[in-house]
Amino acid sequence: MEDLLFVAAKVMSVWLTVGFTLIVLPSVFGASLGISEVYMRILVKTLEWATIRIQKGVRQEQAMALKNSSSSGIIQRDETTMEKEIAGLHRVDFELSDVFYFSKKGIEAIVEDEVTQRFSSEELVSWNLLTRTNVNFQYISLRLTVVWVLGVLIRYCFLLPLRVTLAAIGIVSMIVGTTLVGQLPNSSAKDWLSELVHLTCSRILVRALSGTITYHNKENRPQKGGICVANHTSPIDVLILTNDGCYAMVGQAHGGLMGLIQRSTVKACPHVWFERSEMKDRHLVTKRLRDHIADKNKLPILIFPEGTCINNTSVMMFKKGSFEIGGTIYPVAIKYDPQFGDAFWNSSKYDIVSYLLRIMTSWAIVCNVWYMPPMVREEGEDAVQFANRVKSAIAHQGGLTELSWDGGLKRAKVKDTFKEQQQKNYSKMIVGNGSTGNPSMGAESN
Amino acid sequence: MGSRASSLLRDEEIEEIKKETGFSHSQITRLYSRFTSLDKGENGTLSREDFQRIPELAINPLGDRIINAFFPEGEDQVNFRGFMRTLAHFRPIEDNEKSKDQNGPEPLNSRSNKLHFAFRLYDLDKDDKISRDELLQVLRMMVGVNISDEQLGSIADRTIQEADQDGDSAISFTEFVKVLEKVDVEQKMSIRFLH
Repeated sequence: MEDLLFVAAKVMSVWLTVGFTLIVLPSVFGASLGISEVYMRILVKTLEWATIRIQKGVRQEQAMALKNSSSSGIIQRDETTMEKEIAGLHRVDFELSDVFYFSKKGIEAIVEDEVTQRFSSEELVSWNLLTRTNVNFQYISLRLTVVWVLGVLIRYCFLLPLRVTLAAIGIVSMIVGTTLVGQLPNSSAKDWLSELVHLTCSRILVRALSGTITYHNKENRPQKGGICVANHTSPIDVLILTNDGCYAMVGQAHGGLMGLIQRSTVKACPHVWFERSEMKDRHLVTKRLRDHIADKNKLPILIFPEGTCINNTSVMMFKKGSFEIGGTIYPVAIKYDPQFGDAFWNSSKYDIVSYLLRIMTSWAIVCNVWYMPPMVREEGEDAVQFANRVKSAIAHQGGLTELSWDGGLKRAKVKDTFKEQQQKNYSKMIVGNGSTGNPSMGAESN
Repeated sequence: MGSRASSLLRDEEIEEIKKETGFSHSQITRLYSRFTSLDKGENGTLSREDFQRIPELAINPLGDRIINAFFPEGEDQVNFRGFMRTLAHFRPIEDNEKSKDQNGPEPLNSRSNKLHFAFRLYDLDKDDKISRDELLQVLRMMVGVNISDEQLGSIADRTIQEADQDGDSAISFTEFVKVLEKVDVEQKMSIRFLH
């Protein structure tokens, strides 16, 4: 029994030593030994091979189905407005056939809608050898099955323990490091050390996810005293960005492990954590953020204005709060490559731990980050318009679909005002533009 | 893995749905994955709440009536089969379907079935007649608070007067069909499902 323990301890120490020298040390200096590059190359080759095998293996019909579902969707919509569909066809009046328009729109939304599909994982063009992403997996060939089994063994028996170890090292050093740095008096040395700790730990943590990140246009990196806004797919967005430079984080104070990390990091670096009750006080939030950016020595603030995770295919409404503060906005577009693993956190389906386990048993996290030229609010532009302008820029750069819907719909119901707007539009149509309308109702405000 | 296996459609089931609704194999599998993603309870059926969670449907003035069309009398769950049956009303009528429907049962996407779908949106109490009161209620759903009671009342009166032939002050399905005789129902009540 003691021998066994001894052996286990031995294995453990070798494991940690190897992990430390090969991964943690390079992380401190921001260097790379090229192991992950080799891994990625093998991975890309394997997936290409698998795609070809699958295409050969499946019947023609299914191949067609695969192609169709990837390229488009279930239906093709006619882009018509209510006015065109209803009013264009008959005199100003109600007709029994008016329900056709609403029926068609309703059924179309049931078959395919813009919003709900953004809150579930995106569909892949071809199978990436992860069981969970394949909707209709059927036995295709022996070789493919062998490769899949090998993949499972590698992912669960080698990569997962390695990644968990790294994640543990990363989190512990983040907590210990920032707590120690936090003891120092405020000085430039403290800031420098704090940045070093943040960078090192996020590098370790990114390695724990086998992250391969390409940063584009580094000359546009967010500067001190500015606000960085990015689209949001997952909590690991934060790591992805911190890997290339430090930010002051803004968010709600959590409990548990998250809370511990938040409380220790805030000692070293001016993150802004709000209590739940404070979050509701918009003026307080704006004021604290304004104070932050007024100090040009402080790190840029990082904000995800969508307020929730979207599945990496689109950008939803940007809440206007972040755009009311003023200062320079540094937009950043983040786009993950879904082929190697789904980075989207479907928070209504998985808790954070099972999400991280899924990520750590995926092949890798591959992502592109685009730093975009800074933007400022133009004269005569209100916060909402500015928010939309920044959103369009990010969507365009990241190749994401731009939606005007609120990401909050993931949990909340649609506001009644949207339905009322539809009713108002329709009413105008059937009673004409104020000619026969009841003036006391105030419906026809032209 | 177990859950994955049971969530797949059996081939026989696909065949039956194909026969009943006219959807193609790949359309059925794609609509099935849509069905399962709407099914938040993960019990193989959809409830009214599952539908109401679709924002674009929730803002539709007739959203509740449309949702109701999926649920048979007295039931509050719809399975995939029933889901597909209702959707099939909105399949476009293809050229080869126009000729052959003399024998077998009338296809779900026929002109008459499309009209019947619309008729049932108005026929709240399912007595195969649209009364003045029912028409008023549906009109109210469509216009919200923007039109006065008197004005809506006169719209309802005029509509019924124009359609009513037997003088019972209500619209029967036959009268409904007659009024919409000249309307391109085939096009207006069809969605372009991709193959």
